[in-house]
Amino acid sequence: MDVLVTWLNQFANSLPGNISQGLIWGVLAIGVYITYKILDFPDLSVDGSVTTGAAVCAVMIINGVPVPLAMFFSFISGCLAGLCTGLMNALLGIPGILAGILTQIALYSVNLVIMGKANLPVSVDKYPLFVSSRHTATALGVGTVLPEVLKLLAVVVVIIAVLYWFFGTEYGFTIRATGCNANMSRAQGINTKKSTVVALVLSNGIVGLAGGVMVQYQGSADINMGRGAIVIGLAAVIIGDVLGRVILGKRFNFVARLAFTAVGAIIYFLVLSIVTIIGIPSEYNKLFSAVIVMIFLAVPYLRNTAKTSFRRAARNSVKMTSAGEISAEKGEGNADAD
Amino acid sequence: MLTLTDVKKTFNAGTINEKHALNGVSLDLDDGDFVTIIGGNGAGKSTTLNAIAGVWPIDSGSIIINGQNVVGMPEYKRARFIGRVFQDPMTGTAATMEIQENLALAKRRGQPRSLKWGITKKEREEFHELLKMLDLGLEDRMSSKVGLLSGGQRQALTLLMATLKKPDILLLDEHTAALDPKTAAKVLELSDRIIAENRLTAMMVTHNMAAAIKHGNRLVMMNNGRIIYDVKGKDKENLTVDILLEKFEQASGQKLDNDRMLFSKNAKE
Ligand SMILES: Nc1ncnc2c1ncn2[C@@H]1O[C@H](COP(=O)(O)OP(=O)(O)OP(=O)(O)O)[C@@H](O)[C@H]1O
Ligand SMILES: [Mg+2]
Repeated sequence: MDVLVTWLNQFANSLPGNISQGLIWGVLAIGVYITYKILDFPDLSVDGSVTTGAAVCAVMIINGVPVPLAMFFSFISGCLAGLCTGLMNALLGIPGILAGILTQIALYSVNLVIMGKANLPVSVDKYPLFVSSRHTATALGVGTVLPEVLKLLAVVVVIIAVLYWFFGTEYGFTIRATGCNANMSRAQGINTKKSTVVALVLSNGIVGLAGGVMVQYQGSADINMGRGAIVIGLAAVIIGDVLGRVILGKRFNFVARLAFTAVGAIIYFLVLSIVTIIGIPSEYNKLFSAVIVMIFLAVPYLRNTAKTSFRRAARNSVKMTSAGEISAEKGEGNADAD
Repeated sequence: MLTLTDVKKTFNAGTINEKHALNGVSLDLDDGDFVTIIGGNGAGKSTTLNAIAGVWPIDSGSIIINGQNVVGMPEYKRARFIGRVFQDPMTGTAATMEIQENLALAKRRGQPRSLKWGITKKEREEFHELLKMLDLGLEDRMSSKVGLLSGGQRQALTLLMATLKKPDILLLDEHTAALDPKTAAKVLELSDRIIAENRLTAMMVTHNMAAAIKHGNRLVMMNNGRIIYDVKGKDKENLTVDILLEKFEQASGQKLDNDRMLFSKNAKE
């Protein structure tokens, strides 16, 4: 009983931090949503572009660039990363997954060059950072914590609003159509290569921005901070998708999908904190992420096959024949027997 | 309106899968011509339409639409001139987008896309009226996803989309082949109506000889990547399936052994 109380306490204490983390990763996940869900392009550049956004933001802030401008450039640097993946795919014919992996690997070097070393601290004591995990410690009280969380929430809301507008425009339509049916899109006069590149640029720009916020929140840029980011992003997208479907059903529209993606990220971090609190070492975090994504991807498939699988067909078939034999023995020949 | 001159296309050149799909196709369509195209499997019917649409570059020859040689234009640029409906109902529409969104996409065919709203209120009203004409009840489901529609409904919608912005050429590639006979007849009748009302220049591939005779003002028969028979006007009106079969034997020097064509000889529609 005591253990449970301590656990609950720990969970409550870590709540603001986890919600903040969730919102930041929610931004990244919304970027992933654009490629994974709208464009139907599994883009693995993300692991690199989030770090690039962080590195650019950190270096600029350290060199005295105003924080908002530094964040803008983390967006731009992400856009450039997306452009690389897009051009490799559109102009050189490299399959999407491979193009993303190549960008990701190349960015590892680029990020090291930008940062100059593997770990670059940006302390909130020295710079006027947008957000900091220092300000989300529960002990500081609602007055300090709440504005910090609200700032992050505002970022998410603004991004959702902008994307809602963009995907409602003529150009946004072409990206959605490209992701859904490239043949039809070309027949409608859409340059599908261009729309693919634009979507990748936008997606990675948002991921880069997430990196820019993340680096400030954590207080340092690390060359490995993006490792596995795509898996966390996907986890958020998938958790949000399942949840949204269950809760909203038919009213699960575009805005709700993006919002639930951020909610998915928050839930991811809450669950992760529970896992940590009950004593599973943090080494297992990535394993845990992979397992979550695996489960959520597998459930729809398994639910489907549970209804129609060969094994089930075989079982039913056996049942039928044995039932037939029994009724034949009894001489009843009941065709309706199940 | 449309002039093909000696169009040639070989797939997989230089490999063991080399296939001379088009061996010099020439065809001259007048404004308002409605051509039906028949021929056995692999005759090059779809390839001809794909060549016009620019799905891939041709090897040689010229394709002139409205006085402009389009051979160097990629598919998405040629879309400005061309409306298309495909055999597979899944191909012509975006399943995850709404009916009205699909129509809005089609209304901007061949135009540069801007950052204005993808669909306006006025267009919604316009689409409502247009969908009513189809008589499929789609006007009440404008914000449903196209993926929820049946094959016939999707083909009717695709047809509407292909002609929403008047195309210089309408290409129909066996667009009723995947539908049940009753729906196929309906979609075919709708095609006829839209083509006549808008005075469109159209090409329709079909495996159904009776339909090929009944529809359009001109008929083209293909074999081995060539046009082997081309008939229009009075001669076309007087065609019968038997004459067509005979022409095929004469021109190709082979008996028509295509099951699908023989089968559809007796089909009503
Ligand atoms: N993209 C392609 N790559 C390789 N070969 C192709 C391609 N498209 C068509 N072909 C080949 O070209 C030939 C002509 O095909 P086409 O699709 O034009 O025939 P069709 O007259 O439309 O026949 P069907 O009645 O079966 O639709 C066939 O041998 C086909 O295999
Ligand atoms: Mg064909």
